[in-house]
Amino acid sequence: MATAIEPQTVDLTARFPGKVTADSRPGYTGFLVNKENLVEVAAALHNEFGFDLLTSLTGVDYIAENKMEVVYNAYKTTGGAGLIFKVQVERVDPIEVPSLTHIWHGLEYQEREAWDLFGIKFTGHPDLRRILMWEGFEGYPLRKDWKEAFYEEEIKPYKSRWPEGKHILAEEKNVFHDNLNLPKGFDPEKYIVDKEEDLYASLERHTLKDEEGRMRTDHVVVNLGPHHPSTHGVLRVAVTLNGETVMGLKPVMGYLHRNHEKIGERNTYVQTIPYTDRLDYFNSMSNNFGYVTTVEKMMNIPVAERAEYIRVIMAELSRIQNHLIFVGMLINDLGSMYTPSLYAFEERELILDIFEAVSGSRMMCNYFRFGGVVRDVPDDMLQKIKDLVFDRLPAKVDEMERFLSENEILVGRLKGTHVLSAEDAINYSVTGPVLRASGVPYDLRRADPYSIYDRFDFDVAVRHNGDMMDNYLIRFDEIRQSLRILEQAVKQIPQGPINSQKPNYQVKVPAGEAYGRIEAPKGELGFYIVSNGKANPYRYHVRAPSFVNLTAVEKMCIGTKIQDFVALLAMLDIVMGELDR
Amino acid sequence: MDNEKLSLPNYDIPEDMQDVVAITTLDRLYNWGRRSSVWPLMFGLACCAIEMIAAQTARYDMARFGMEVMRPTPRQADMMLVSGTVTKKMLPVIVRLYNQMPEPKYVVAMGACASGGGPFKEGYNVVAGIDKFLPVDIYIPGCPPTPQALIAGMIKLQEKIDKESIKKVRWYNKEKKDGNYVPMPILGPDLIDVRRNAEIRDISAKAAVLKESA
Repeated sequence: MATAIEPQTVDLTARFPGKVTADSRPGYTGFLVNKENLVEVAAALHNEFGFDLLTSLTGVDYIAENKMEVVYNAYKTTGGAGLIFKVQVERVDPIEVPSLTHIWHGLEYQEREAWDLFGIKFTGHPDLRRILMWEGFEGYPLRKDWKEAFYEEEIKPYKSRWPEGKHILAEEKNVFHDNLNLPKGFDPEKYIVDKEEDLYASLERHTLKDEEGRMRTDHVVVNLGPHHPSTHGVLRVAVTLNGETVMGLKPVMGYLHRNHEKIGERNTYVQTIPYTDRLDYFNSMSNNFGYVTTVEKMMNIPVAERAEYIRVIMAELSRIQNHLIFVGMLINDLGSMYTPSLYAFEERELILDIFEAVSGSRMMCNYFRFGGVVRDVPDDMLQKIKDLVFDRLPAKVDEMERFLSENEILVGRLKGTHVLSAEDAINYSVTGPVLRASGVPYDLRRADPYSIYDRFDFDVAVRHNGDMMDNYLIRFDEIRQSLRILEQAVKQIPQGPINSQKPNYQVKVPAGEAYGRIEAPKGELGFYIVSNGKANPYRYHVRAPSFVNLTAVEKMCIGTKIQDFVALLAMLDIVMGELDR
Repeated sequence: MDNEKLSLPNYDIPEDMQDVVAITTLDRLYNWGRRSSVWPLMFGLACCAIEMIAAQTARYDMARFGMEVMRPTPRQADMMLVSGTVTKKMLPVIVRLYNQMPEPKYVVAMGACASGGGPFKEGYNVVAGIDKFLPVDIYIPGCPPTPQALIAGMIKLQEKIDKESIKKVRWYNKEKKDGNYVPMPILGPDLIDVRRNAEIRDISAKAAVLKESA
């Protein structure tokens, strides 16, 4: 079980007297850094103390104290506990915090997100535009004084629905009879629509001037998506092209921004579990895992022994089907339509059968609870898992690799393209298989073990070239390691209760904060939760691996061919539900 | 010979021609052609899109119903499967795709989100159901609907097509030219349905209650 409070490995207060104070609020850890000294302290953390991986940044709106806080979670790629440091600023517009993108490039999108949703201006940020909502949207939605159009009450369950349960349509309560919130005196006919000039201007930075004064060729701006067969959902990418070469590239996201965090702050803790299913909708089991581990960390409760094994089994099965789909979809995007993905989906269906048998739903499992899982795994299902793990899947994975990995076209397209060096990968906060393919053996199951992963014998899959081919091959390595974990888990799983707690609709979470993270199939899935002791989280933030991994895409693509970009998107294994949340 | 007579089921076919001649109505022939090759727009929004893909694969195999030809371009598609949460930011794109589809066209709302907002309805960036903008033919419940449910919904659509009559369908109706065109909503301070411009202006002019009304 994860310890309730991570030990502080570094004493920053001694190193920076007067500039840094320990965060002494009950339940909180880490350090408070003065705004003026933030850049200095951050540089020291990165260069002296070796916190090279800054995984998560988020804002918290402490409206009662009239403070806006920015929370940073820094880790070392050599492993071990992390360090939380925070900056507090007065909650008076303009709220300004110095940008740290020049130290950790991986913060670029996360700072933009905090600007978009909290209105925290990061001075010195190279491209501070809204990221999830569109330019011109009114207000900063995650501030505590910003109310959505269908706002009913601060916390759930709403009085209108429970205990009496009188149903009222949300539309009837709003003056516009719609999900609409407009400033007073707004006239739609006089409104000037934003033509996204800022977006296209941000691309200009990369355009080439004509060389040697000869004929100038114009660069073409192309928008891929949001409706595009290969963007894996509703991602949009604006690129400038010189012929086929990418000169500038900006992802535009938010087309599936469904307000996960705002809704999560209204929900009770248990109510959020099914919402996490819909983050990375391929791996609802892993999402549940990350969320319940974090809340358990705050509640400081044990997990039933059998449930620990069930959780590991489900999470690893989920990883296997995710990587199989990844291979199918990657090759789909390389032009071999359908055949490999049909093979992948065949195996996936078998794994989904297991999920359906234990949880009742194929995709949206909603299976984990605080202290355990919701239902036991019946013996015949355990036998089915054993059959899959010992017989079918190893053979099928070998078969897929035999069919695909030496294919000339595949090797030709993947080998040596889009190389991401280890230094860049770390600096851009890339996690998961993409980081490990660059030669950094950083797997949270080993580097910062959670649940019972320290009991199993497995290797951290790692490849060293950082090109697309390694990214492709590492998925097969990971499937094999997952199978190894599963083989041990299904043998060792004990009998016993599946939940250490009584079933409870309203769990008690003591005041404080926690950042919990797990190794999801796509990278580090983190949850940052602040509780004030009430039934709902005060702040609920999801550090989505797809979102942060995408930060590196611009760096990887400039100067390469546009057709390889489609393969790169498949290779980053992004999923929009998690990217946009 | 007129249509009426062709429709008669007991029309006498000479005995020597009975194995080469079949008699049916033009409507039925036309509908048979339409219903057996409904090409969906290759267009995924969220979680439901994954079940939509699963429905195309070996175990469920939607190709049995003539629906396997996914077309990424709206110009070649017959049916738009709104598979997932419709957000305000995405809505103008969806409306544009719909307007680009040639008639006859159908809209299927797959899952709770597309049908009415689903679990995310209260969200500030979520449109509570695609039917606020597009005319929906079939709603499929579920979150997400299983592939079986999706196929059941598609069969319902086929049944709907079976009942159409060339005389009455909107796309051959001369008076209703462009009747199915949906004006593009715009992204202002919030999503604005331009069909409601006057109404919105009136309400927001007098509403000092706006923020409190919530």
